[in-house]
Amino acid sequence: MEDVRLIEVKEEILADNNQVAAGVRDQLRTKKTLLVNLMSSPGSGKTSLILRTIEGLKQGMKMGVIEADIDSKVDAEKVAARGVRAIQLRTGGFCHLDATMVTQGIDALAENDLDLIIIENVGNLVCPAEFDTGAHKNVMILSVPEGDDKPLKYPLMFSICNVLLVNKIDYLSLSDFDMDTLRKRVLALNPDIKIIEVSCKTGVGIDQWIAWLGQEVESFRSGQ
Amino acid sequence: MHELPITESILNIVLKHAAKNNVRQVVAIHLRIGKLSDLEDEWIQHYFDYLSKGTMAQGAKLIIERTPIILQCNSCNTSYEADMATIGDAVCPACGQTESTLISGREYYIKDMEVQ
Repeated sequence: MEDVRLIEVKEEILADNNQVAAGVRDQLRTKKTLLVNLMSSPGSGKTSLILRTIEGLKQGMKMGVIEADIDSKVDAEKVAARGVRAIQLRTGGFCHLDATMVTQGIDALAENDLDLIIIENVGNLVCPAEFDTGAHKNVMILSVPEGDDKPLKYPLMFSICNVLLVNKIDYLSLSDFDMDTLRKRVLALNPDIKIIEVSCKTGVGIDQWIAWLGQEVESFRSGQ
Repeated sequence: MHELPITESILNIVLKHAAKNNVRQVVAIHLRIGKLSDLEDEWIQHYFDYLSKGTMAQGAKLIIERTPIILQCNSCNTSYEADMATIGDAVCPACGQTESTLISGREYYIKDMEVQ
């Protein structure tokens, strides 16, 4: 019988994606375009937040949106109706976006002078957390009806984000969601995360989100 | 949930090393995957069996070592292990603080492979 020998491999499984992602980040940095990856469960308010963001930021800022959806164009049409350049990537059953798909999205936007591109990732708290999209900032939404236990179920997602938007706070009085418990759980996973309470429906807290985003775009534009 | 792209990536890396090393058959592949990843061992193997048909890696067994979730306390630097279900409620055993930094648990790594 033939001998079995051992070959050392020593490679990161996601190295290819990570390399493409690093390339996307560098390339957009030279163009002074901030890339933000927005993630959440389905129905927690990603599209509503993008629409609010367009309203809040629009003046003096060029923005593009890359929408990922398993098979629909509804979101991109809503965004484009607001006069912002939007393209829809159909992920065809894929549960997340990877850096190569994002590259295709950026190419399809075909704009070189954007200040900000927001990626609306596939609605899912698991897979998008594992795949670097090349974004400079990761932002997630958790909506009140989903419950304050989500950091326990999806710790990786909470640990990789720069900002957590807690949406639908107009539902707080109707639910047993405990904001202090949520904050404690999230900060235990990620002490540097910024937590902003918002309601895309009433507009509460949106100004804080816009202020954060506006500042990030500004510091990117000035090359800091 | 995302076993397919991960498995595709594993197969590509394995076949690249097999080609470089004059391999006839890959027998086993040793992986190191962090406990924070949601991958199911059984599904990775299923997908691998499917994707590797007709290649040098057909029939190879995936042997997965799960690396623990290790947190380091931001106050006193003590490292401690947490499990997936309670990580958001984890408390430093030395000083009782809850803020910590993840130092292990996200690995996606191919260590080596057994070949003929």
